[in-house]
Amino acid sequence: MSGDSLWSIFLNACLINNFVLAYFLGLCPFLGVSGQLATATRMGGAVSFVMLVSSVCAFGIQWVLVALDAPYLRLISFIVVIASTVQLVEMFIKKTSPALFRSLGIFLPLITTNCAILGLALFQTNKGFDFLECIAYALGAGAGFTLALLLMAGLREKLALDEVPDLVRGTALSLALAGLLSIVFMGFAGLGG
Amino acid sequence: MEAPDTTAMGAEEFWKGLWKENPVFVQVLGMCPALAVSNTARNALAMGLATLFVLTASNAVISLVRHVVPKQVRIATYILVIATFVTLVDMGIQAISLDLHKALGAFISLIVANCLILGRAEAFASRHGLGASLLDALGMGAGFTVALLSLGAVREILGAGTLFGLPVLPAAFEPWVVMLLPSGGFLTLAGWLLVFNAFEQRRARASAPEAREVPG
Repeated sequence: MSGDSLWSIFLNACLINNFVLAYFLGLCPFLGVSGQLATATRMGGAVSFVMLVSSVCAFGIQWVLVALDAPYLRLISFIVVIASTVQLVEMFIKKTSPALFRSLGIFLPLITTNCAILGLALFQTNKGFDFLECIAYALGAGAGFTLALLLMAGLREKLALDEVPDLVRGTALSLALAGLLSIVFMGFAGLGG
Repeated sequence: MEAPDTTAMGAEEFWKGLWKENPVFVQVLGMCPALAVSNTARNALAMGLATLFVLTASNAVISLVRHVVPKQVRIATYILVIATFVTLVDMGIQAISLDLHKALGAFISLIVANCLILGRAEAFASRHGLGASLLDALGMGAGFTVALLSLGAVREILGAGTLFGLPVLPAAFEPWVVMLLPSGGFLTLAGWLLVFNAFEQRRARASAPEAREVPG
C-alpha cells in the first residue's frame, strides 16, 4: 500500500472506498443533517477539519505507543484525543460563529462518536501510512464524506417537494437513496485499487 | 420512571428494546456496524453479541458510578469505560476465532463509536439503578442482535443462497451479488424499515380503545 502515490491514496479514500457509501462510517450525521444543502455543507466542513486534525494526532499517538510498546492502549487513547479535539473545535465554532453553532446543533458533539473519525484513525494505522500519506488519506476521506453528504442533501431537498407515499417518507427513503448512491459509487472501482 | 423496580416494570424495560424502541429499526441508532458487518448471518450474530456484552457491562459500571462522577466529565468517563470493554472484546474475539476477527476487522474497535451504547449510557444508565440498567442493556442489546440477524439473514440468503453457511435455496437460484455489496446493506435496511412503517401505520389506523400498545 505504501507504494501508492499520494494522489491515488486521496482518490481511493474519496471515491473508490468512500467512507459513507462503501464502509458505512459516519452514517448518523449522514442521515441526520442531510436535510438541507446549506447545513450539509457546514457539517461536511466540520467533519473534514476534525478528520485532518485527529489524523495528525493519531499518527503522533501511534508513534508514542510503538515507542512505549503499549499497543493495547491504542483504542482508548485514540478516542480520548478525538473527543478532546472535537471539544476544542466546538468551543472555537461557538466563539467565532454562533449561527453556525446553532445550525449544527446536536451533531457537533456527536462527531465524537462519529465512527468515520475513529475509523480513519484506525485504518491509517492498520495500513501503516507515513505522515504525508496520512494527510492525503484524511483529506480524501473528508472530501468523500462531504461529497456524499452534499449529493444526499441535494437529492433530499428535491424529494421534500415531491409527493411520495406516507409509507416510505423518512428514513426508509433516505436509506434507499443511499443504496442507489452506493451503487453509483461502485462505478469508480475501475479507477484503481 | 421513579417507581421502584416491580417485575412488571422490569419486563417492560427489557421488551421495549426488542420491539417498541428497537435501536436499529425504530431509533435508527448504531447503523454503521449494523450495515457494515451484516453481509452474512454469522458475522451479524457475532457483532450483535459483542455489542450486547459491551452494552451490558458498560451500562452496569456506569449505573454504579453515576453518583460519583461529576456532571462535567461524565461523557469522557463513559467513553473510557466503553473503550475498556471494547478492548476486552477485541482481544477476546481474537483469542477465540482469528477468522472471525479478520472478517469483522476494524468494526470491533468501532463498537466504541456506536451511538447506541453512549446513548443508553447517557439516557438510561446515568439515571437508573443497577437492575433497571442491566435489563435495559440486555433488552437493547437483544433488539440490536435481532435486528442485525434479520439484516444478515436476508442479505446472506439473497446474496449467496445460504444461511449460516448452509445452502437454503435451490441450486438454480442465481445469487444477487448486490446484496453482499455495501448498497445491499442500505437497501435491505430500507426494506425492513418499510415493513416496520407498515406495521406502525396499521396499528395507528386500527387504534381501537383496546389497542395493545399505544405508540409514544
